[in-house]
Amino acid sequence: MTGFLSALPGAISQGLIWGIMAIGVYLTYKILDVADLTVDGSFCTGGAVFVMLFSAGVNLWVALLAAFLAGMLAGLVTGLLHTLCGIPAILSGILTQLALYSVNMAIMNFKASVSLPIMQAEVLNKLLVSLRFVQGALNGSYPIWRHPIIVVGAVTIVLIAILYWFFGTELGAALRATGSNQNMAQAQGINTDVTKVLGLMLSNGLVALSGALMCQYSGGNEIKVGQGAIVIGLAAVIIGEVLLDKVFHNFALKLLSVSIGAIIYYIVIQAVLQLGLNPNFLKLLSAAVVAVFLSIPYWKGKYFHGQVKVQAAGTDMGAEAKIGGDKNA
Amino acid sequence: MLEIKDIWKVFNAGTVNEKVALKGVSLTLKDGEFVTVIGGNGAGKSTLMNAVAGVYPVDAGNISIDGVDVTHLAEYKRAPYIGRVFQDPMMGTAATMQIEENLALAARRGQGRGLRSGITKGEREQYRELLATLGLGLEDRLTSKVGLLSGGQRQALTLLMATLKKPKLLLLDEHTAALDPKTAAKVLETTETIVQRDKLTTLMITHNMRDAIAHGDRLIMMYEGKIAIDVSGEEKKKLTVEGLLEMFSKVSGSDEADDKLLLS
Repeated sequence: MTGFLSALPGAISQGLIWGIMAIGVYLTYKILDVADLTVDGSFCTGGAVFVMLFSAGVNLWVALLAAFLAGMLAGLVTGLLHTLCGIPAILSGILTQLALYSVNMAIMNFKASVSLPIMQAEVLNKLLVSLRFVQGALNGSYPIWRHPIIVVGAVTIVLIAILYWFFGTELGAALRATGSNQNMAQAQGINTDVTKVLGLMLSNGLVALSGALMCQYSGGNEIKVGQGAIVIGLAAVIIGEVLLDKVFHNFALKLLSVSIGAIIYYIVIQAVLQLGLNPNFLKLLSAAVVAVFLSIPYWKGKYFHGQVKVQAAGTDMGAEAKIGGDKNA
Repeated sequence: MLEIKDIWKVFNAGTVNEKVALKGVSLTLKDGEFVTVIGGNGAGKSTLMNAVAGVYPVDAGNISIDGVDVTHLAEYKRAPYIGRVFQDPMMGTAATMQIEENLALAARRGQGRGLRSGITKGEREQYRELLATLGLGLEDRLTSKVGLLSGGQRQALTLLMATLKKPKLLLLDEHTAALDPKTAAKVLETTETIVQRDKLTTLMITHNMRDAIAHGDRLIMMYEGKIAIDVSGEEKKKLTVEGLLEMFSKVSGSDEADDKLLLS
């Protein structure tokens, strides 16, 4: 139990970082109604771009911005494959993800792993987040506000505020309309190809930003770091929705619930690991959890609303028969 | 206002399922003309409507709206000229968005969408008043999700959205067919009011012959991808269901069409 409690701040920090990625997944999966698998590759792209630029002495914020833009570029490729070339969204994402493996390797100078020189104090101090600050902020060697929970929490709130504003604008509303009803969007003069590409870019930008933060947190970037990211993202989205959908109605709060979902996911993972699960089984566990939660709405619809559907169909037929009768009269 | 010149549309060309849906249809609508379109299943009514709206390209022919050739324009690029209400009440509105958000989206049809606010305070007031004219109590539910509304309410809202920015052409594709008779009558009444008020050039498909006769200044009947009957003016005013059926039998050369039309 003490082991679990002492691991808790780290789990929450990690959850918050993945939460930013999960918000990206939310944008495509929930708002745009597209399952975008680019995520598994673009998460690593963010980390790769960050680690190379930052190691070369580029300013932290510039490196973070570059990571965000690199993610947007990945989203652009997926978007163009989907809209311009007519490839189904899910396949477009898979193609980009596959291609990104090579691209990420190239960015990292064909090394499977690149570390940040965090042993040097002046490098470490420049970072926004690090695993070392988790303990450091608690034992006094770093100011408390440098704790990753506070730093990433603040970043998350700023991002949610920006997204809340954006989705309230004309363009943001057009994006939501595209995901809600493409027919309607087109009938209202919205170029749904443009809005889809834009949504994919925004989403992957956030995912890459999350990757860049994770790279700092863990002190470097590995080529396999984003593997299964989409599943973690979906898990966070679904956990947040199942637990908080009834309480949170405002859009900003819905985004927050995704972040909370990611934190809960990491706390659960931490707990399971403490119980002695072989970490190699984590992916199986994650996939199983997501599969179960994704099935719930379907089962609910199938086994609890069956009767209502039959009744509704009955009335419809009745109405049609009446119309027919009118015409014949 | 609308000029359709000899348009052809073939589905599944070159396969056993080949279907020539439109066989050289030409039709000109004057400014402010309200035309009703009837015809049996597969007569080409919806294909005609979708061809005008740009849902799919036509294989031959020309379509222009208010002098602008739109034949090769994408659907979303024609949207500034066209207001549409679909047969399926689910199709015309975004269910997961609020009533006022749907209206605000429609209010920006044909404009660039940037980073200005998606809806302003002034608009809300305007929408409240507009919704009140429907008499469905929607004016007090501006922030309700459209998914919570009934089919009739959604069609009425779609109609409002289609005409919010006065369109050059209003396309109604059996927009009352999925509603119960009472709601259908109400939506049709609202349609008539809006079309008269704004003097909209309108093309309305209907399955109901009596609606087709009662509304509009001109009636078209389609048969096998062509316009078989075109009645307007005094002749249209005197039209009865029986008269229309008789005309149709002459054109199609058979009686079986009667049943087809009535039962479709």
